[in-house]
Amino acid sequence: MVSSVVKAEEEREGLRGLSNLAFIGALILAAVAIFGITRWIGQSFAFFAAYVVAQYIVLGTAWNILGGYTGYVNFGIAAFFALGAYSSVVMHKLTPWMPLPVMVLVGGVMAGLVGLGMGYLTLRLRGVFFSIATLALAVVVQTLFTNWDFVGGARGAYVVPPRFAPLIGGAYVEYLFIVMLGLCVAALGTARAIERSALGYGFAAIRDDEAAAEASGVPTLRLKLIATMLSGAFMGMAGAPLPYYVSYLDPASGFNLNYAVNAIAMPLIGGTSSWLGPVVGAVLVGGLQQYVSVTISSAVNVLITGLLLVGFVVLAPQGIVGLFQRRRR
Amino acid sequence: MDADAGLLINAVVSGLLIGGFYATVSIGVAISFGMLDIVNIAHPAFILLGSYAAFIGNTVFGIDPILATVITLPAFYVLGLLAYQVYYVAFERRDDQSLRGLSFFFGILFIAEVGLILAFGVDYRSVQAWYTTGNLNLGLIELPWRLLVPFLLGLAMVAGLQLFLSRTFIGRAIQAVAQDQQALRLMAANPAKIKRIAFGLSFATAALGGAALIIIQPVEPSLGREYIGRIFAICVLGGLGSFPGMVIAAVTLGVVENITATFFGPSWAPAVSFGVLLITLAVRPSGILGR
Repeated sequence: MVSSVVKAEEEREGLRGLSNLAFIGALILAAVAIFGITRWIGQSFAFFAAYVVAQYIVLGTAWNILGGYTGYVNFGIAAFFALGAYSSVVMHKLTPWMPLPVMVLVGGVMAGLVGLGMGYLTLRLRGVFFSIATLALAVVVQTLFTNWDFVGGARGAYVVPPRFAPLIGGAYVEYLFIVMLGLCVAALGTARAIERSALGYGFAAIRDDEAAAEASGVPTLRLKLIATMLSGAFMGMAGAPLPYYVSYLDPASGFNLNYAVNAIAMPLIGGTSSWLGPVVGAVLVGGLQQYVSVTISSAVNVLITGLLLVGFVVLAPQGIVGLFQRRRR
Repeated sequence: MDADAGLLINAVVSGLLIGGFYATVSIGVAISFGMLDIVNIAHPAFILLGSYAAFIGNTVFGIDPILATVITLPAFYVLGLLAYQVYYVAFERRDDQSLRGLSFFFGILFIAEVGLILAFGVDYRSVQAWYTTGNLNLGLIELPWRLLVPFLLGLAMVAGLQLFLSRTFIGRAIQAVAQDQQALRLMAANPAKIKRIAFGLSFATAALGGAALIIIQPVEPSLGREYIGRIFAICVLGGLGSFPGMVIAAVTLGVVENITATFFGPSWAPAVSFGVLLITLAVRPSGILGR
């Protein structure tokens, strides 16, 4: 079933024969084009807004690698995201000369390790317990950071970004945006490579019937651990540039539950069966949110996301991508 | 008696009382998650809805906060019936409960929370009644009424529901659903109908839980998030579907949290319940009195 979905989608896009490398090449071209357009608009707000949407593409794709492909719902997105953000704060204090992409990698490794440990503790249980445990994880990690004075504790920490971007010149937010676009390429390339590999079929087998998969020799625990680790790592990487974006990080903003609701809502609205779903969801919902928080208010913003999430899971369980596929058949 | 021992006794006693309150807010999830296998993570949001019902009853109409939520019980029950109906049609019948069912309640949680923010703002709200101030003096220890009343309310609810489940026809039917739905279907009973009633009950307990919450502390709309993990920690720790286990877990958690807050500072208290939950899940997922 999964392979047919992937095939149908790629036929539609004419991407079927594209190898993983060619796909990543296409993504890079798209990223360069998007950066060019954003620069052409020429307002710093465009960069700030586009950064947030790109961040949600990474977060949504990361969530989807575990949630969409294996069917395990992670509510602890904020924990992984903030781990990445706080590891940047630590490095900013200890080794301020370190370039941002290295910080991103370190943040990803930290969050990936926590994801691995978390999965090791709870993935033997039924899926629901995993979800509840991830909720718990978010609070434990938040409490730890709230009580850790080195990173500012409850007061928060100031992280003053350089005024100008390295390498490319211009405002620093442009550099942040490029880093985030790079992460988008990495996350989407990974997600699509998983879909087309034995790993992806293993994940789908777990999602459809874990007991049957286990019985037919799929190493379910190992696959699930790979999924939690990858998913956690990308969430951490998405969070790593955050301190430089907001320039002031406290637990309330780093662990904001809005990250969790968005990272879950966007893939579910876009469609969880392929890499395209989180992108569609993040661009549409993220774009809408940027518009609404400027024109109305940020509270309404969350309300709209919540309503869209509930509406889509009840009425269109396959998401936007699924709606288009159904029409084609 | 030295100061530390006095602190410890006080921490244990108020922990016990808070534990009783935790039972009040957890019993709804003990029904929906423990017996019906419906992971309603939006439950705390409806507890807050109950708190605001008590707040309106108390400040606008000047009635007792508990009485105010008793009046709204039927409304909460009907809300529960509706919520189950949507859940049943959209997820349970399609056998697609885990991923989308969870996300559904997650979305509901946010809708309820933002609805409350838009209606009442983010200020802390509280209620006034004869028991919101003052203590019951028992010689050595003083029991604040504000903790004692929710504690007693919790015990009464647990006892009442336990009686209802073991003595009445519908109560036994609910227990049957919890044990084996398939068998029930073979006897030509409709599990969905009974689950609907039970889910309505679970929502109704949220109203009373809300009254208890706003008596103990001032509330604001996003407070519910703090209780999600705590409530599920209690239900998992107690062993799903077991009321006595749940009460033991609630009281244990109340005492441990309170001792932590007293001796290490309140900012560490939230980690206790979640740490307990993580350890329980890793070591003994069936809980203290698990089936």
